[in-house]
Amino acid sequence: MTVEWAWISDHASDLATLTVSHLQAALTAVALGLLISLPLAVVAHRIRPLRGLLLGLSNVLFTIPSIAIFVLLLPVTGLTRTTTVVGLTVYTLVVLLRNTVEGLDAVPVKVREAARAMGTRPLRTLLTVELPLALPVIMAGVRIATVMSISLVSVATYIGDGGLGQLFTDGFQRNFPTPVITGVVLTLLLALVADALLVAVQYVLTPWTRKRGA
Amino acid sequence: MYELFSDLGSWLTSGEQWAGPDGIAHRLAEHLQYSLIATLVAAVIALPVGLLIGHTGRGAFLAINLSSFGRALPTVGLVVLVFLASGLSMTPVYVALVALAVPAIVTNTYAGMTAVDADVKDAARGQGMRAHQVLFQVELPLALPLIMTGLRLALIQVVATATIAAYVSFGGLGRYVFDGLAQRDLVQVLGGAVLVAVIAVVLDLVLAGLQRALFRHRHHAAH
Repeated sequence: MTVEWAWISDHASDLATLTVSHLQAALTAVALGLLISLPLAVVAHRIRPLRGLLLGLSNVLFTIPSIAIFVLLLPVTGLTRTTTVVGLTVYTLVVLLRNTVEGLDAVPVKVREAARAMGTRPLRTLLTVELPLALPVIMAGVRIATVMSISLVSVATYIGDGGLGQLFTDGFQRNFPTPVITGVVLTLLLALVADALLVAVQYVLTPWTRKRGA
Repeated sequence: MYELFSDLGSWLTSGEQWAGPDGIAHRLAEHLQYSLIATLVAAVIALPVGLLIGHTGRGAFLAINLSSFGRALPTVGLVVLVFLASGLSMTPVYVALVALAVPAIVTNTYAGMTAVDADVKDAARGQGMRAHQVLFQVELPLALPLIMTGLRLALIQVVATATIAAYVSFGGLGRYVFDGLAQRDLVQVLGGAVLVAVIAVVLDLVLAGLQRALFRHRHHAAH
């Protein structure tokens, strides 16, 4: 199995387009996933009976094969980018919801009580005390969700989208390994770079966690 | 939409659909076979690695990076790649499924081992226990709940992903998904997907029940 380098250089601009489209789908899904799971996590954290229900529901969604989720959406959203993004978003929910709830759980009760004793309103406590303290755990979830989404985009190749995943079906149908290898390597690189960037973001957002080592 | 669901209902419940080599019963058995073999192989590889890393404290960096590498690896790409390299066999499917399962098991095993209280290990060593005794009689039992979590997580992912066997012309419940896609038969696709989700949930519940039955005597009331 050899790589034909000429094919890669001949298709450089196609590869760039696919990479951008790939990244776009994954990042949109994570952003949407966060938008949905943050309020849900707060609800699950505050209202105990709903917690098991919400977490259980997201676990069940996770067991549906990704290809099936995309297909399931076809009657609603058709062969569009929307189908890809919605399908991926569903997958991010499990990780994002669980981590956000765990992050909120881990906020010490004393901190919460101190905020209340100082007369801080509940919403303000949530936004300025609890969420920032939960941020490391939430960010761990965001990192997992991002890497997972980047890897999963390729499944959408079966419904005509899939970014770099198109290289896999292309290589499979033509019995030509070069596009497949290129697709795998580019996907891994994207995931690696995105993950490193998120680590940097977390470093900037949580200055208090750095002082511990000093 | 209602019609779709009623069609799906009759697809799932018709006796005809369950019988024969293309029947649900046979496809279900194939799917279970692929999933259990892959998870078992992954466990045989991943458990010793996770235990060793957790016990010695060395290679944690490897464990963490392995897990994020595993998550980033696109399963479709891996299956196609191994398929093109090795030809028509179940090998590509098993390679991809094992690659998917190993990181989840390694990281959870490692996490379980590092969560064991250092004082407990010290006490065990203080009583004159040897390294392997500490590992198998103290650390391993205490780490078991998290190890089981890793195995359950791996199994769910493998069951959901074993659909891909059908893409390279093998059986399992993915047959319905991919054949349905090719034939534009939505009911068949949904039927396959529902069955996969159901067996994933059922297997998870079985493992959870097993876990509870095995460790009933131990209560971790407060961490």
